Amino acid sequence: MSDMSHPPSLSLAGEPSEPVAEVNSPADTPVGPASRDIVGRSPGQLAWLRLRRDRTALLSAVTLVVAMIVALAAPLLKWLTGIDPTDKFVDRLNDFGMPLGYAGGISADHLLGLEPGSGRDILMQLLYGLRTSLFIAFVSALLASLIGVAVGIVAGYARGWLDSLINWFIDVTLAFPFLIFALAVIPIVEDRFFTEREAPPPSFRIALIVATFGLFSWTYTARLVRGQVISLREREFVDAARAAGAGTGHLLVRQFLPNIWAPILVTLSLNVPQFIAIEAALAFVNIGVTEPTPDLGRMIYNSIGYVASDPWYTLFPGLTIFILVLAFNLFGDALRDALDPRSTR
Amino acid sequence: MFRFIVRRLLVAVVTLIVISLVTFGLFFAVPSSPAKVMCGKNCTAEDIAQVEERLGIRDPLPEQYANVVSGIFVGRTFGSGDFERECPAPCLGYSFRNDQPVTEIVTQRAPVTFSIVFGAAAIWILLGVTLGMISALRRGTVFDRLAIGVSLAGASMQVYFFGLILLYLLVYATGLLPFPTYTPLTENPAKWALGLLLPWMTLGFLNSALYARLSRAQMLETLSEDFVRTARAKGLPLRRVHTRHALRAAITPIVTIAGLDVGTALGGTFITETIFGLQGLGKATVEAVQFLNLPVVMATVLLAAIFIVIANIVVDVLYAVIDPRVRLS
Repeated sequence: MSDMSHPPSLSLAGEPSEPVAEVNSPADTPVGPASRDIVGRSPGQLAWLRLRRDRTALLSAVTLVVAMIVALAAPLLKWLTGIDPTDKFVDRLNDFGMPLGYAGGISADHLLGLEPGSGRDILMQLLYGLRTSLFIAFVSALLASLIGVAVGIVAGYARGWLDSLINWFIDVTLAFPFLIFALAVIPIVEDRFFTEREAPPPSFRIALIVATFGLFSWTYTARLVRGQVISLREREFVDAARAAGAGTGHLLVRQFLPNIWAPILVTLSLNVPQFIAIEAALAFVNIGVTEPTPDLGRMIYNSIGYVASDPWYTLFPGLTIFILVLAFNLFGDALRDALDPRSTR
Repeated sequence: MFRFIVRRLLVAVVTLIVISLVTFGLFFAVPSSPAKVMCGKNCTAEDIAQVEERLGIRDPLPEQYANVVSGIFVGRTFGSGDFERECPAPCLGYSFRNDQPVTEIVTQRAPVTFSIVFGAAAIWILLGVTLGMISALRRGTVFDRLAIGVSLAGASMQVYFFGLILLYLLVYATGLLPFPTYTPLTENPAKWALGLLLPWMTLGFLNSALYARLSRAQMLETLSEDFVRTARAKGLPLRRVHTRHALRAAITPIVTIAGLDVGTALGGTFITETIFGLQGLGKATVEAVQFLNLPVVMATVLLAAIFIVIANIVVDVLYAVIDPRVRLS
């Protein structure tokens, strides 16, 4: 974009009068009276300033914080309302299992209505489903980043045959049809550990999902880190550290890592919504988290049969996932823009 | 060019061997005996042995793998004596569930998935790229802002939610479209298209959001490049600069992504197929997985991998054809 070619004074004069122009410009020149003083700021502080000034980032961050608080406070809400997610209000359903009343049985007691068929409270199911979603997505994203960073640093630093081997391994992993493979692997691995008689506990399925996500999604981070390390290792400060007698461990952790945390953080934050979506997709084809653990994707799957008669049952979990993924995506984009002002969308 | 393709093919073959090994290892090393599942409750050890013999899962694992691979290329014989049966060349084994040859299942299911994917891809590539290009050329206008907003939301929308919304709005609430069905193209093209319109719209609209974002960004980047300025400075009409110069360069990465997306989708659009009850490869995988029907699962996973690998090669070659700056070596 053309912002880089402007002399700083020009953009400083133009900005306060037209805030709309900031939408696409990094606007890293301080605005307001405070800008007269020259203050030294670290790149981290600058990024934080840019992020705070971004209205989209603010809105999406607020949404995410609310979602997380609500998810964490779900047991509290359960205690307050006295409704357990597994409680079945069968007396509120008609003979065909459809909720009584309007809009899927929305009432003062059941703010989002009841599930047709089972008669469970949709709001409580949603709140607890949110916990499942966020937990799986965050842990998987962390795992994928950890593996990706470790492999990427080793590949970029090692060069030679190890680098080639890792690169080839990444290529093969990328050629795996991830979704279909995850779909196939989860029940089969489960079958290895459990027989028909003893059903696996829900925690096992969750661990399996996290492991599958982590093991197949580290490749992007690894590629990214590898590229960064390759360009960093030729820089003067690395030579200086080496000349000063620094060992490999010191170089990797103290010299490289602080220089590549920004793109890693961005990838991590953009991985989370992806995992939320994929986890729900797996649940949608019945390979996700098992009953009785509430799950957003499975709610949508269960609602397929009721789309014609009770579309509200589809709407609430669908909207929840949509808003969650949208907020994470917007926040990730904003984070990238804040951390790397030169990046264009 | 020739050497490049040969080398890519070699890499592809090695990749496929590794994938088939991993898939085989995972799926056939499961301890629970598929023969027991197939045989039912009142089975003696002898019966089970017989079923295992028929399924060809009595040999040690490496031998089983060799049999599976050679079955694909030259066919194989299952069982012996009275139970002997010939499985001709692209042999993928027999379904654990109903003894149907897997090759038959795959050839029945593949046209459904192919029809869904190619129809949807036509929508998402045309619509997405057109929207993105117009957006980039009219940057900052109301159209651009609207397109950005819609594509941003669309890129975060999920197939399972969007598909059900369309299903409710267009089928149940208004009755504008019939519930999706699959009719072979050769049988009745009009019915084929009408029956698949809903899945096409679902996948097409959602993906076009991603492609609009992508092509807008690409186009903006290309428009600021030197060769575009040169073309303008030469006095070429704007339209020509945009279509012949900028578009051609901007579209290269989009071709890459589109190729890979189509390749991945051909392995099975399992969510779309589940929503609309279409019997494609994705639905076959989902069903097979639930019954631990290993030959079918292995076949569909391998097929999906093959599509991805082929898509990779096609994309690399297309790259050189479209972008004059790329040379294959």
